[in-house]
Amino acid sequence: MIAELGHFALVLALVVALIQAGAPLVGGLFNPSLMRLAVPAARLQLGLLSLSFLALTYAFAVSDFSLSLVVANSHSAKPLLYKITGAWGNHEGSMLLWTLILAFFGGAVAFFGQNLPDSLRARVLGVQGLIGVSFILFLLLTSNPFLRLDPAPFDGNGLNPILQDPALAFHPPFLYGGYVGFSIAFSFAVAALLEGKVDAAWARWVRPWTLAAWCSLTLGIAMGSWWAYYELGWGGWWFWDPVENASLMPWLLGTALLHSAIVVEKRGALKRWTLLLSIFTFGLSLIGTFLVRSGVLTSVHAFAVDPERGIAILGILTFFVAGALLLYALRAPNLKVEGIFAPVSRETALIVNNLLLTAATVTVFVGTLYPLALDALNGAKISVGAPFYNLTFVPIIVPLLLLVPLGPLLGWKRADALGASQRLFAAGLAALIVGTSVAVWRAGGPWGAPLGIALGVWLLVGGFADMAYRIRLFRGASLMEALRKAHFLPRSIWGMTIAHAGIGIMVIGIVGISSWRVERIEAIGPGDVLQIEDYTLTFLNVGSYNGPNFTAERGEVRVEKNGREIGIMRPEKRFYKVSSMPTTEAAIYTTGIEDIYIVLGDATGTGTWTFRAYVNPFAPWIWIGAVIMVAGGIVSLSDRRYRVGAPVRAKAVEETAEGIGA
Amino acid sequence: MTRKQRRATLIGASLAILALAVGLVLFALEDSIVFFYSPSEISERGVEPGTRMRLGGLVVEGSIVRGEGTEIRFDVTDFAATIPVTYVGILPDLFREGQGVVAEGMLSPDGGFSADTVLAKHDENYMPAEVADALKRSGNWQGDGEAPHSETYGQGAYP
Repeated sequence: MIAELGHFALVLALVVALIQAGAPLVGGLFNPSLMRLAVPAARLQLGLLSLSFLALTYAFAVSDFSLSLVVANSHSAKPLLYKITGAWGNHEGSMLLWTLILAFFGGAVAFFGQNLPDSLRARVLGVQGLIGVSFILFLLLTSNPFLRLDPAPFDGNGLNPILQDPALAFHPPFLYGGYVGFSIAFSFAVAALLEGKVDAAWARWVRPWTLAAWCSLTLGIAMGSWWAYYELGWGGWWFWDPVENASLMPWLLGTALLHSAIVVEKRGALKRWTLLLSIFTFGLSLIGTFLVRSGVLTSVHAFAVDPERGIAILGILTFFVAGALLLYALRAPNLKVEGIFAPVSRETALIVNNLLLTAATVTVFVGTLYPLALDALNGAKISVGAPFYNLTFVPIIVPLLLLVPLGPLLGWKRADALGASQRLFAAGLAALIVGTSVAVWRAGGPWGAPLGIALGVWLLVGGFADMAYRIRLFRGASLMEALRKAHFLPRSIWGMTIAHAGIGIMVIGIVGISSWRVERIEAIGPGDVLQIEDYTLTFLNVGSYNGPNFTAERGEVRVEKNGREIGIMRPEKRFYKVSSMPTTEAAIYTTGIEDIYIVLGDATGTGTWTFRAYVNPFAPWIWIGAVIMVAGGIVSLSDRRYRVGAPVRAKAVEETAEGIGA
Repeated sequence: MTRKQRRATLIGASLAILALAVGLVLFALEDSIVFFYSPSEISERGVEPGTRMRLGGLVVEGSIVRGEGTEIRFDVTDFAATIPVTYVGILPDLFREGQGVVAEGMLSPDGGFSADTVLAKHDENYMPAEVADALKRSGNWQGDGEAPHSETYGQGAYP
């Protein structure tokens, strides 16, 4: 009954989405008052899809095995948390979540967008509704989650055990929050083209939505990477796997969009480019969905398993991107060009940022799709991995990172490059000192490592150069006065500084683990010792225990550093009965600076077990950096300029902040 | 600078960066990609020892031998040809006899294959597409229809 309710709500949502799309986009041409329908439709749409999703979640939570989706992906012995998260741990459920988040963003515009001009808001919701129509149709026609099974079996097939993990359980909602959140930028771009007007106000509305989506995507990618690090048992954090690339591409282009929208807001320049970026960022989100959902990635032939699904998403993708580009071609030339600037200016710096991010996106795009193309052309099977990206992505992204601290120091319109560089003297000095010390300290390591660490320090310290200048720290102002000034800086400045410093921390993490990881694989018996770096690992014993839906072998390893015991680590091998699948649970001990990472391997039959141990210097900084970047984004979102629902009241304050604001 | 010159500079800079990206991509595609071969293709195409490649096929039943310490040996077959593989390390969770596997490494001069990475998909029913394809080509595909694929967010072929 509950499932039928969910199914019915989904069908109703389709009807409402048709109204949400049709009334403003088509009806508005004949009778402008029809456009007012968009707002209530978007709210109703959100309600109906929430109901539908709740119904599916309920079916998973109570293990309703009359639904074929629940049978295929759940089991009564699973912990409740994973029963619930299992609702989106499969194709149909995750697409329903996708559609729900789409409606959520539409609903957010309907609820909080009172400050938008009515026609713009109606058109944005109309485009959003059109995307909704296509995805609800996709759900109902090719991937209906509410199909019944008769007779219902007694139990289900279980969820893939490696998905039964807290980080991965919440990875898809955040990832989709990012993918789908960029749909708002897309809808705003299409609506602006329909209106024929792009101005500072438009950019001011687009930015917070894009920023929110970006935060969500950053967190989603970081969670996925963290999961891969601790769950897959070989201590890697990024594999350049096509599925990861599918989420990295919209992230890179979305980052470019965040920055180019600033130029539109502040200077009225880069309008057309920003519109294009909005279209392509969402296009890449759709490509990401297509790549992951169609199965072309894991297997070119799985495409044939679900031809209608892959082709349907490809059709949706083509329709929206081609349609938006056509509209762009027709309308963009009419946009008024404004904002003249000198070659050395903040505008130019942001253009360079955009160019490099776009170039980086192109290299990832080629690396991800080239194997597919080659296979289709002549059947040759290749894999493109880290060596390719080290040769292409890294040389493009390093100059970008080098320029990050400089950009904010350049003034709009015309800037003094020399003066700006002088303000970075402290950051340069810090980078030089740390880089040299690292070169001495790790003399035997790769030559690039000290340079990489220096780059991280440059970003970290350089991020604060702009702020130190603004609050006149060390330049005549007393510390108290400087702090008082810091307190009154716009939140967006704080956000930017924090986010840029976050990149620095992440770079240090990446350089550390890539350059100085130490690996040791040995077969040892109880009582034996494995020495790795400064750590002495003593293998004590292996015991077994029963989990809720698995049995496990658990090793105990005593860890000592320079003779002082710092703890017992317990790596596990689990065996999930329902799906008869073993998994590896690595034991990780982190000092905050480096991780000790132990994996229990197989028994060799002679009383010893294979152990794999790593010391991963600076590994935790990768995710700490990512979280700091997200924190920066959130701080920036809380800037009073963007505060939802308070646009009018803030207006007076905003004008005064404009003088200092970026 | 006039407006026109400014625009020309901007377009020039954009093209330069684009050209750089394309150049890097072409250069990298030349020598950083890894080809995939089945055991029978290795002799057909005359793959040289020392070339980095991926080998895919089924693990021969009963062929796993644990050597000194952490060394492991097993045979990979596509039923037309079989190649002995040596690997030092911990095999992936889903590595099993009779199941599909992909090994990355290089051929040694004696005709064996020394792998530094062994990949098996994180799904018990999974058959790497390349392996399924190779088996079909050699006429030994046992499954019905197409290769199954899983819903693990495609978290691909990790070791």
